[in-house]
Amino acid sequence: MANNTFYNEILTDHNLHPYHKERLQDANLVLEGINPSCGDDIILQLKVEDGVIVDGTFEGDGCAISQASVDIMLDMVVGRTKEEALHIAELFHKMIEGSASEEEIEELEEAGALRDISHMPARVKCAVLGWNTMKEMLEKV
Amino acid sequence: MRNYKEDFPLLMDTDLAYLDNAATAQRPQAVLDAVQDFYLKSNANPLRGLYDLAVDATDRYEAARDRVRRFINAEKTEEIIFTRNTTESINLVAYSWGLTNLKPCDEILITIAEHHSNLLPWQMAARQTGATLKYLDCEPDGSYPPERIAEMITPQTKLAAIGHVSNVLGCVNPVEDIISRVHANGGIVLVDAAQSTPHMSVDVQSLDADFLAFSGHKVYGPMGIGVLYGKEHLLKEMPPFLSGGEMISYVRRDGAVYAELPHKFEAGTVNAADAVGLSAALDYIEEIGWDTIQKREEELTKYAFEGMMAVKGVHILGSTDYRQHHGILSFTLDQVHPHDIAAILADDHVAVRAGHHCAQPLLTHLGVRSSARVSLAFYNTKEDIDRFLNSLESIRRKMGLGE
Repeated sequence: MANNTFYNEILTDHNLHPYHKERLQDANLVLEGINPSCGDDIILQLKVEDGVIVDGTFEGDGCAISQASVDIMLDMVVGRTKEEALHIAELFHKMIEGSASEEEIEELEEAGALRDISHMPARVKCAVLGWNTMKEMLEKV
Repeated sequence: MRNYKEDFPLLMDTDLAYLDNAATAQRPQAVLDAVQDFYLKSNANPLRGLYDLAVDATDRYEAARDRVRRFINAEKTEEIIFTRNTTESINLVAYSWGLTNLKPCDEILITIAEHHSNLLPWQMAARQTGATLKYLDCEPDGSYPPERIAEMITPQTKLAAIGHVSNVLGCVNPVEDIISRVHANGGIVLVDAAQSTPHMSVDVQSLDADFLAFSGHKVYGPMGIGVLYGKEHLLKEMPPFLSGGEMISYVRRDGAVYAELPHKFEAGTVNAADAVGLSAALDYIEEIGWDTIQKREEELTKYAFEGMMAVKGVHILGSTDYRQHHGILSFTLDQVHPHDIAAILADDHVAVRAGHHCAQPLLTHLGVRSSARVSLAFYNTKEDIDRFLNSLESIRRKMGLGE
């Protein structure tokens, strides 16, 4: 376990000062994601036009890992196509499973700050909550 | 002073400060030995075989039942049913007594502070019978004003199911008052004693409880063995909960005659080894003595309570008087989610619980989404609590919330 290094600056900063935590008035995709066992609860809101995620926010409550993870995710996917966002989500899952290459983790930019989750089975569901919710939303479009 | 950890092999083999005792306690060597001894010397299917080994297995199983009877001061061994745990004991009553006796105009009364295992069975029973489930709300300190209790209990109150000690707030609920009022109105009361039996002497006759449930694993016994106490006249009238082997007198093509109490409620091969282990745990508690257990737990609770109150941003749920907590201290830390609290504590080798503690309606009532919980046992030490407090003090800094 490496929590002391795990709660790194990138993570605590996104948790305390989330850039995307607000209501998105003109969202056209909204979905709630819940981890029933620990009470993490987010409402992910995306605005998708012509297959491109033009804006995205979240609201809700949860641990630092769930909150930072979804904020980092939104940093990365806003401005990208649906396919690109799903590709990044795929890489994120590979990283959490511990099967991503160094190049793939590099491609995940700041989300790479969550790589140690792969050694913390109890926190995996916190880290993937936002990503799973986004995947479910985009796959329905 | 005696180091009680020496009785608990797991605690001697780790530097973990184990402060999650309300979830499950550790087992002393005497319990591990008793379970093993049953399998080494007495293992046969109890209540069946006619050979010596099976008779011995039966004797040890039934001796464990009598040990439990003495622990809660029940009048008769027939009133002690072995189950898997408190949850199963409560479900037994909800399905067997509840579905048979509850009617649409009846009310079931529980408190807002119930553990989900003393809530969901009653939601089920209410749904299936048309009875109404009513909640007795507590004050922020966990107390229940007597006038509110009086108001909620009416001749419609067919059954009240009340936790003896809250698994979140640690306070003792006024079960005697509730029992006497419900009885005066012609109803019955089930006491969920899962969190009281580890900390205090519980006497079903002086409480005048109609049913009482507890788990072996929280009183230093094995997992997978629990107890339901029920007054004989109630148990006699109730249909079996589970049916199958060992709970019948005889079976024909077209029906069966059920066994006498308590075996009517113990279908299938029973968990004799863990019953024997539970019996050893109760012997162990008696050997240590409630006076010692309570004195140590009160000292440790005071020490932890005062230490926590000195940490910036910490809020303890429930009473501001440590004496009301019985070793259970649920808390929040400003701007830090309980799962992050528990993760940082875990990294410092401190085991606590985080989440809703299976009591979501209570946390909602208190306006808290989730909390962390420290829960103590008599074998904990001030060193355990110091390690917890040192780690607790570091959390806000580690989460980027200033020095």
